[in-house]
Amino acid sequence: MITNLLRAERIKLFSTRAPWWCLAIAIIAPLAFTALFFALAGPEIPPTVGNTQLASGNGRTVLLVLAVLATASEFNWGTMRLTFQAVPSRVPALVAKVLVVGALGAVLGLVVGFGSWGLASLVQPDADLALHSGAAWRSVLGQSLVFLFTAVAGVGVALLLRSVAFGLTVVLVWTQVLEGVLVFIPGIGKHIYQWMPFHAADEFVGAGGFAAGPLGLAPAPLGPWGYLGYFAAITVALFVAGVLVTARRDA
Amino acid sequence: MIEATALTKRYGATTAVDELTFTARSGRVTGFLGPNGAGKSTTMRLILGLDTPDAGRVLVDGVPYRELTDPLRTVGAMLDATWRHPGRSGRDHLRWLAATNGIPDKRVEEVLALVGLTSVGKTRVLQYSLGMQQRLGIAAAMLGDPRVLLFDEPVNGLDPEGMAWIRQLLHALAAEGRTVFVSSHLLPEMAQTAQDLVVIGRGRLIYQGTMDEFIAQTSEHGVRVRTAHADRLRAALTGQAEFTEADGAFVVSGMDSDRIGQLAFDAGATLHELSPITGSLEQAYLDLTRDAVEFAVPSAPSAPSSEAAR
Repeated sequence: MITNLLRAERIKLFSTRAPWWCLAIAIIAPLAFTALFFALAGPEIPPTVGNTQLASGNGRTVLLVLAVLATASEFNWGTMRLTFQAVPSRVPALVAKVLVVGALGAVLGLVVGFGSWGLASLVQPDADLALHSGAAWRSVLGQSLVFLFTAVAGVGVALLLRSVAFGLTVVLVWTQVLEGVLVFIPGIGKHIYQWMPFHAADEFVGAGGFAAGPLGLAPAPLGPWGYLGYFAAITVALFVAGVLVTARRDA
Repeated sequence: MIEATALTKRYGATTAVDELTFTARSGRVTGFLGPNGAGKSTTMRLILGLDTPDAGRVLVDGVPYRELTDPLRTVGAMLDATWRHPGRSGRDHLRWLAATNGIPDKRVEEVLALVGLTSVGKTRVLQYSLGMQQRLGIAAAMLGDPRVLLFDEPVNGLDPEGMAWIRQLLHALAAEGRTVFVSSHLLPEMAQTAQDLVVIGRGRLIYQGTMDEFIAQTSEHGVRVRTAHADRLRAALTGQAEFTEADGAFVVSGMDSDRIGQLAFDAGATLHELSPITGSLEQAYLDLTRDAVEFAVPSAPSAPSSEAAR
């Protein structure tokens, strides 16, 4: 049964144009920024493997948009009701959706992670960007996990809000404004910032260090894998909450 | 077969469906009739498990909808033809829906052909006309070759040709032994389509039975008589039957036209007209649902001056 549902969700996802546009932007934007950083930036951005992932947040945000669109638009267009007509228990259909969107995220994360790293190596052939250490591998390969859970978060938010406009507003304001602004709250701002989910994702891939110095952040409260677990837990909690609400509510 | 038993659904303080009990039989087109806001769509959603009833239950072929495995193979439904992504092609819309219930792509081509959309299968739905969207919705309902079919206002906004097409399709489906349950707020359309009838108003059952019985029961019978000798006829009818006079014509109730003709002949009254009145179906329906219209229009518009004075 789940294979049927995975197939259905795959057809849904790739039979409209928006996901293709999102994917293109989600790849081009971080790669282009990475190339610019490495070509133009001075000593403030040293050429390290971690810093090749500085622009990955752009791709992550676009993936978040993709996941919200793919899910919330189903409520807007009524196809969610058709889905529930076809799968009255609802939960398997929603799980299939998060698996398909999450898998797409994981693949996108690989492309962005290795793409950014590869492009940076091309732009600065003299820098030592070889993947010798576990940390270096985590920076590049780890994007796959970060993007996977980013997609899960997008599906979860969309299930909770059930509206494209509302969902996009929330994820964009969160990623583009709130997480960055909170740090400026006097006193506690810097501590709150260190627990922001996408900051946690950056810490996991080693792309969070760039801002830590100038902002005067305290030492990170969690290690990289701790941060990944924290980020994953938040995204899965969003999804589970979304599923519980959607399964119970009148469609 | 669809069996609803004391089905009740409330939204806050409003009771949309109120202890509704009815049956839609297989092999018949059952019309589901009621004014706008009577609870037809809510009932349809309850049948499909999209909404959860507050009380009562509804069974499809003896089983609650939510307990069906691959429900599209048992129940096909078109509640709203606009439930589709406009940027997706008609074929892809059917393909994903078919995939959920493990229905092969071959069947997608079959239903596209059935509704005459094969040539526009690759076209995005936003370019479809209203009639084409309606056909796509019907194709989606037919995907699983279901024994039970539900259509909510399928002819809304269609041209006469489209209406005729849907009417023939519904008849054909019922003739194959399927249960066809189709809602409408328009009785004349229903009169040509449905064999059985379920009428609701304000969420309550008003009538269940065959269309023929409905017409017979609710039509106001009477006989219209015009005569050259009104005084003779009046004398002959008095005490024999109820009658009213208006514009030089009698309307007699409680007596058939044969008897009235004989009576007039015996009284020596020359008749110019003797015609039984079969009340129009529309009138019967309006009479029945008059008290059940949710958003009633005042019978006569009030004078503008009194409105302005308030």
